[in-house]
Amino acid sequence: MALDKNGIAKRIAQELKDGWYVNLGIGIPTLVANYIPEGIEVEFQSENGILGMGPFPFEGEEDPDLINAGKQTITVRNGASFFDSATSFAMIRGQHVQLTVLGAMEVSQNGDIANWKIPGKMVKGMGGAMDLVASAENIIVAMMHSNKAGESKILKACTLPLTGVGCVKKVVTELAVLEIKEGKFHLLERAPGVSVEEIISKTEGEMVVPDFVPEMQL
Amino acid sequence: MNKVVKDPSAALEGIQDDMTLMVGGFGLCGIPENSIVQLVKMGVKNLTCISNNAGVDDFGLGLLLQAKQVKKMISSYVGENDEFERQMLSGELEVDLIPQGSLAERCRAGGAGIPAFFTPAGYGTEVAEGKEVRIFNGKPHILESALTADYAIVKAWKGDTEGNLIYKATARNFNPMMAMAGKITIAEVEELVPAGTLDPNHIHTPGIFVQRIFQGDYFEKRIEQRTVRTKQ
Repeated sequence: MALDKNGIAKRIAQELKDGWYVNLGIGIPTLVANYIPEGIEVEFQSENGILGMGPFPFEGEEDPDLINAGKQTITVRNGASFFDSATSFAMIRGQHVQLTVLGAMEVSQNGDIANWKIPGKMVKGMGGAMDLVASAENIIVAMMHSNKAGESKILKACTLPLTGVGCVKKVVTELAVLEIKEGKFHLLERAPGVSVEEIISKTEGEMVVPDFVPEMQL
Repeated sequence: MNKVVKDPSAALEGIQDDMTLMVGGFGLCGIPENSIVQLVKMGVKNLTCISNNAGVDDFGLGLLLQAKQVKKMISSYVGENDEFERQMLSGELEVDLIPQGSLAERCRAGGAGIPAFFTPAGYGTEVAEGKEVRIFNGKPHILESALTADYAIVKAWKGDTEGNLIYKATARNFNPMMAMAGKITIAEVEELVPAGTLDPNHIHTPGIFVQRIFQGDYFEKRIEQRTVRTKQ
């Protein structure tokens, strides 16, 4: 069965490594914080100026001066720090943040990503996404395999305006874990109960499929 | 050097049509709300506003958009604002969208006397169109220029009569860089104290960057996305 949003987040959380500083984008990526594997310690960076972001506050304890990059009220953990936006992006551009997890509208087989604009329809802006994808060593994209019309979002080439070029290394969807290398998608894992055939049929980009594709262990 | 002015009206004196303003804040967090209301009262038009976001329809910079006082916005993210989207898609409003880190650094550079810098952000995208590309350490970078403003309007938690500022939590965001990049910088603070009250070790923005300071009468501090968890 295809994963739900929490399932995607849970699978991505398995990629976290002890001691990493991690930036989580808005949407599914935010849920990754709920599934940190036992025994490892990671610290979350929010580009509006926090290291050491904690969970949502208890009702009545919201502080309007303390929000995350999605403008949600949050808290901080012991050992947190605040800083200005230039310092925040120095952390990101300077590769002091080890992992970026973000959403996408489209991803292509050479690692391009599009997630900020649909010409003529929707223009919200790129926020920090272009800085993040241009600099992060590890970028994992959390997304749905196809759009609401059933068209694949895992493409040979992106059709929407790009956010970054050749930067995505790994994609986790409701159906599969894909790695991007040498200009192709590589099918690493499939969601429990999902067939390789279904993944192939919903992937427009070129994809290398090994003889045996293990199921995700969630 | 006493930088104190009595109210928003005195603080914003000199702002005229066609000027470029920097306005601090991230979303509705850390925005100079008293000054924005005063700008609406003044009715200045054709403004170019440099601000990470554009407020919401009825609060923050959204108020200036509603009153059609803005000619151009320079921002990184403008979702959550229907009137903004309408004006942009109809062509009434010019919009320059730039990556958030580049926006922050362009303000910092403007205040620091650095005319331009290279960054990898935006390479290969429409942000890079018309910009010089150079390879450093095997990786392409684009040339981004510094930003300055006729007036920068920032919001701080505490300030003293010398213009030294301390921000609270994530209300800091773009305020320190914008304070540096304004030809005239106006700070509105929640608490204005005599010089010598704030510990010099704790100052975020040194008073040299601030020309006028006043204590705001009231801060609504509206929350854009109230998210909570329930006690078990």
